[in-house]
Amino acid sequence: MDSELVFLPPLRRVAICGGTHGNELTGVHVVRERLREEQRKAEEEEDDVVSVACVLTNPRAVQQCRRYTETDLNRCFTRAILSSAVSDRTPYEIVRSQELNSLLGPKGSAQAIDLVCDLHNTTANMGLCVIAYSDSDWFCLHIFKYLQHHMSDVPVRYIHFDLPCREAYSLDSLGKHGFALEIGPQPHGVVRSNIYTFMKTAVELTLEWVRLFNSGTVFEGGSVEVYTMVSNIDYPRERHTHNIMAVIHPKLQDQDFCLLHPNDPMFQTFSGDTLRYKGPEPLYAFFINECAYYEKGIALSLARRRCVAIPTIQMKSGLQHRGEEGTSEED
Amino acid sequence: MSSNHVVTFNQARRVAIFGGTHGNEMSGVTLVNLWMGNGGEIRRKGVETKPFITNPKAVEKCSRYVDTDLNRAFTAENLSAPGGKDLPYEVQRAQEINRMFGPKGSADAYDVIFDLHNTTSNMGCTLILESSKDHFNLQMMSYIKKAIAPASCPVLLNEDPRLKYATVRSVAKHSVGLEVGPQPQGVLRSNIFEAMRIILKHALDFIELFNEGVEFPPCTVDVFKVSERMDYPRDANGNIIAMVHPNLQDCDWEPLTPGDPMFQTFDGKTIPYEGVGAVYPTFINEAAYYEKQQAFVTTRREALAANAIRKV
Repeated sequence: MDSELVFLPPLRRVAICGGTHGNELTGVHVVRERLREEQRKAEEEEDDVVSVACVLTNPRAVQQCRRYTETDLNRCFTRAILSSAVSDRTPYEIVRSQELNSLLGPKGSAQAIDLVCDLHNTTANMGLCVIAYSDSDWFCLHIFKYLQHHMSDVPVRYIHFDLPCREAYSLDSLGKHGFALEIGPQPHGVVRSNIYTFMKTAVELTLEWVRLFNSGTVFEGGSVEVYTMVSNIDYPRERHTHNIMAVIHPKLQDQDFCLLHPNDPMFQTFSGDTLRYKGPEPLYAFFINECAYYEKGIALSLARRRCVAIPTIQMKSGLQHRGEEGTSEED
Repeated sequence: MSSNHVVTFNQARRVAIFGGTHGNEMSGVTLVNLWMGNGGEIRRKGVETKPFITNPKAVEKCSRYVDTDLNRAFTAENLSAPGGKDLPYEVQRAQEINRMFGPKGSADAYDVIFDLHNTTSNMGCTLILESSKDHFNLQMMSYIKKAIAPASCPVLLNEDPRLKYATVRSVAKHSVGLEVGPQPQGVLRSNIFEAMRIILKHALDFIELFNEGVEFPPCTVDVFKVSERMDYPRDANGNIIAMVHPNLQDCDWEPLTPGDPMFQTFDGKTIPYEGVGAVYPTFINEAAYYEKQQAFVTTRREALAANAIRKV
């Protein structure tokens, strides 16, 4: 694919979102700081290359410093939930997801914002991850390549959740293109300065890429490594209480993106016994010991890794974004 | 009191181990649940050791508290407040715990209570005392420190009436806080869990030896004495406008001298520490303390003399 040049429409409208989970504080403060900067610069510059909206998506959860108030906002963006009837008993986050759909969408329509970048933290030792539903959205993959190239102090990886558009449930699926920026390790409810600085840089680089792209820069293709999520593994639990009976093994704790081989230590029971990975193939472990996933029954996630070829791309105005089906002009 | 004087105490007959005082501090919750199922590990001759979940509703929600912080609730006013089921959950709970393990200040109170906590701060295994004059506790600290050497466990002394608070463990005659970190709230890390377990093992060994009649000779215990609470810089709405500086983050127990970086604003400026003399900060960037207006506390080092102790 090296010599192939793919033309893509510009990304004129971008949203930077934080506080989708109210206790993931990096995004909250990156968005607040950008809003403060915008206020300071208000009269000076009109940006005609790209217009950036900064949004605190779950203000009630942010105010309470909780992941969510009634239900996880970042699971409320399926078509079914976005079109469901609303009453005064509707959970806050569902009302909010529909408001955000009006603001940034409607999802799947021509009016939807071009790019959504949703900022998250994890307690897992994952470094910086670009998380997207597609492994063929050239915008997401090129932005990832750009971040990886320019950020040398933190590992940067691409995680692909292989879900068809109609099943996409997260905020970033509102835009024509979108991804989550996930960075850790950071406890929820805490802001670590190094993590904040990495995320702020990642957002600035993302917008820098968009400006360069919209101004006609050619971005060379190549090959990128993609981790495609395969399965989740829950903690061993007691039958009646459902309480966890073992903890992530000390050899696996903090080893996100290590290759877990069959028979490698995975959990340690409270009496010190080792429980081992019994899957049929070696897989890459990530989201190891993410706090919010205890209630979702996930101790760790597993992925396959492969190289994906990406084409050289350049902006061409007058083209339409292909929205749901992807952005490549060839099938 | 001359240091030659041997201080005698009654046998420690009843010891409690509290977990879940904050429902999202997982090591204590897990250890106490484990020992409630099978208490063999915490059994010692001559003493009843009772594991107990102090805030079960908060544990079930995996939140720090339901209505109010249980570990601030043991004031005289709360413990005697009328109102029964109309009281905040944790105040009701405080009254119940005071009945079961106290009454606070009386001869019937439990001899020792260990209260198990986690922190997001890089504090290692910290032991927390509320009095510099409890020779039984000081000797226990000395014993534990020797037992785990060369690993260390800092001892934090919080005795300043402006800064100390009415803890759940204050119901007992001898109260010991265990604070182990760093661990995110809601997360269970194997290394943190095992570290807490080992500290408790040594603490219970000490009690068993004491009950057998062993005399512990005079000793000196190095402690960090809480001096001042430092909040984040905030704007008019109370939102923080700076973060713990990367040079200070994770540097619990290391000296902080005037001029050293302390906070970093969101647009990158450094705010230095401007106190008098070197201090030893701790509880640096504890998640639960953002709402309590505390970025870290400063401490000063002190050597406390402990008299010899022996069972009566």
